[in-house]
Amino acid sequence: MIELEKIAYSYGGGELLNDVSLKLAPGSFHFLTGPSGSGKTTFLKLCYGALIPTAGQVQLFGKDVRTMTRDDHAMTRRQIGVVHQDCQFLDHLPLRENVALPLTVSGRDSLEQHSNLKELLSWVGLGHRADALPPELSGGERQRAALARAVIMSPDVVLADEPTGNVDWEMSQRLLQLLVELNKMGKTILIATHDLNLIRSAKHHVQARVLRISGRKLQLAGADL
Amino acid sequence: MSKARRLSSLVVGDVQADRVVPPTGFTAQLTLFAAGAMAFLAVFALALSLASGRLAARWGAELAQSATLRISAPTEQVDAQTAVALSLLESTPGVASARALSAAEQRELLAPWFGPDLPIDTLPIPQLIEIVETDEGYDAAGLRLRLQAEVPGAVLDDHTRWRRPLEKAATRLRLLGWVSIVLIGAAMAAMITLAANAALAANAQVISVLRLIGAQDDYIASAFVRRFALRALSGSVVGTLVGALAILLLPSSQEEAGFLTGLGFEGVGWFFLALIPFVAVGVAYLATGAAARKTLSELS
Repeated sequence: MIELEKIAYSYGGGELLNDVSLKLAPGSFHFLTGPSGSGKTTFLKLCYGALIPTAGQVQLFGKDVRTMTRDDHAMTRRQIGVVHQDCQFLDHLPLRENVALPLTVSGRDSLEQHSNLKELLSWVGLGHRADALPPELSGGERQRAALARAVIMSPDVVLADEPTGNVDWEMSQRLLQLLVELNKMGKTILIATHDLNLIRSAKHHVQARVLRISGRKLQLAGADL
Repeated sequence: MSKARRLSSLVVGDVQADRVVPPTGFTAQLTLFAAGAMAFLAVFALALSLASGRLAARWGAELAQSATLRISAPTEQVDAQTAVALSLLESTPGVASARALSAAEQRELLAPWFGPDLPIDTLPIPQLIEIVETDEGYDAAGLRLRLQAEVPGAVLDDHTRWRRPLEKAATRLRLLGWVSIVLIGAAMAAMITLAANAALAANAQVISVLRLIGAQDDYIASAFVRRFALRALSGSVVGTLVGALAILLLPSSQEEAGFLTGLGFEGVGWFFLALIPFVAVGVAYLATGAAARKTLSELS
């Protein structure tokens, strides 16, 4: 579904990634780790087509990102749920509508979906906050809302960029549990995090592989984290 | 999204699409005001064009009977001189037809000045001959010379000389009116483009969120286009109504009294007037659409 082949990416002068290849198999669970500034977010952006590699090939669902039109990209983003580091919402709309926004913009907003939305919100523990505006939410609530928004289109792949970045340990465990549940439902998961404790705790619940960005390369980290 | 569906959603409205862009107060009112003011001005430019068009048409129609021959002679010679003049005119190249006006017609012409009860038969009224020229026209100087020789009492009044420049001026005025309408439309397009660009820039964050969750450019653009089209519609409806009212309240000139025709709307003119808001919506639709597509294509 997501295939990167010998890609390189450079910002202005400096090269951030070089000769990186990865094939995300359906149903797999990956962690992406590495020091801050090593290119985790850039790597995720390459995975959902927000950035085009400076060299190499990226294929999303069999399509080369270089030949995709803007509408193709829009359609791809409906198949890849992304939890952004700074989960962006439309601040003037209540949480309920923000989470349902992907349905709205794809014209799939229906009554049937509304009961799904209710279920989804209670799944992430935000059923009681449905009418709150995004600025009224806490960091953990925002992260869970972002996750709900990322999965509402039932995408095949969920990419999460530091989903536990600014929440406490208990909340990060809860988010991880939600992602593990998604993986058990057959979704492909890729989580970028610098939190090694999170990765360790995940090992008890799921068969996860750990990718590490180090020295501009992507390495499969050993089990000895 | 298909074109038909986009058009229908423009009219019916997509409540959700409207809600994704936060409501704005101030720029909305400016757009309304600009559309209203432009529609108001367009009403006057349109009235000017239509009135000068009527004026040019009226003068043009009268140009067809472009000259009059007036024969002032002693009563017993009038008929003879008229006959000579008519045969002379018939043999003049460039004259399509010449016809002596009947006594009744002459009385009608004089009625506005002397009243209907004038005993015209007892007065030495000159005989009038109406000359209709061909498209090429006749040689007025040559005709005058020949008339002088054969019909001493004849005076040729050539209306063309003063009607042509007036007709030309009226036509030019009409052209200026239409140019003004085009300029008003272009100015409105420019204002709405600026307002749309401001709105797009102010909502950059909204647009980027919508892109991230998979909204297509058409969807994002339509949220803005619809909003601006509706503002242009309501603004221009009000502007057109106020403009039309102002024209109706103008002191009416007597249509038949002079060359100036009232600056009002007649017949098909009302249809043109009713078109103004629709043209405004079209302009807003195109201007906002172009601005939105341009802005969106520059985003990732």
